[in-house]
Amino acid sequence: MSGIFIAFFSALAVVFAIMVITMRQPMRAALSLVAHMVCLAALYACLGAHVVAVFQVLIYVGAVMVFMVYTIMLLDDRDMSYQWVFSRLALPAVVVAGLVAAALWVLIGRLPVTAPAIATAAGDSFTFSSFSVAFMQHYWFHFELATVLLLIGIIAAWAAVKEGSNG
Amino acid sequence: MDRYQFLVALAGLIFTLGLLGVVIRRNLLVVMMCLEIMLNAVVLSFVTTAVRTQSIPGVAMTFFIYVAASCEVALAMAIMVILVRRRHSLDVGTFQDLKG
Repeated sequence: MSGIFIAFFSALAVVFAIMVITMRQPMRAALSLVAHMVCLAALYACLGAHVVAVFQVLIYVGAVMVFMVYTIMLLDDRDMSYQWVFSRLALPAVVVAGLVAAALWVLIGRLPVTAPAIATAAGDSFTFSSFSVAFMQHYWFHFELATVLLLIGIIAAWAAVKEGSNG
Repeated sequence: MDRYQFLVALAGLIFTLGLLGVVIRRNLLVVMMCLEIMLNAVVLSFVTTAVRTQSIPGVAMTFFIYVAASCEVALAMAIMVILVRRRHSLDVGTFQDLKG
């Protein structure tokens, strides 16, 4: 049953990714990106990685895309990029991307199937409680470093805006 | 092709779509969104491999990817707001004289 859901959400994720590329208005592209991310979260849930599914919805859809939407509301100018959506390289880029995607699909499909026993013996190591315990046992220092990185990101964004308003 | 191979291949396909968007789109905001698509494809391959091998480090790495992505978007949006207010355009062609 989960195979059907995986196929369904995979198809939806690809469709919404294509919509992000093809939509003329940035806000519609952003909403397509939100739908794409929700589809990926559903895929993670189908795989049993509930922690990552929740991270995906909370951090990406909830935080990162809010940044994007605010920026679109601040900057949505109707300029040249609105009239001519694609660059001159569009046609050769589409051809090359199609070839690359086909090659990746074929090559990955030919990889040997490994570790089926481990995969089928999937336990509950990615549920919240077990993952949190393992994460804080092994990665508590990295977690603290991540908070420092977030703080540096805030300071850098603030400094960039201040420098831009001065200049 | 089992489901893990399928998902890694799907990650490759989504990464290619994101890269295609970065190359062909002219709008700066949509280019950023396509970069996020590429990052999502990387996370998908990480999660698929982690679930396949039942390894905690793979999922832990996705958490740190999310942290890095949040910082990247915050800083990129700040820089983008400054640039667009100076040039009054979202067209990437207007930023060809940027150095570095």
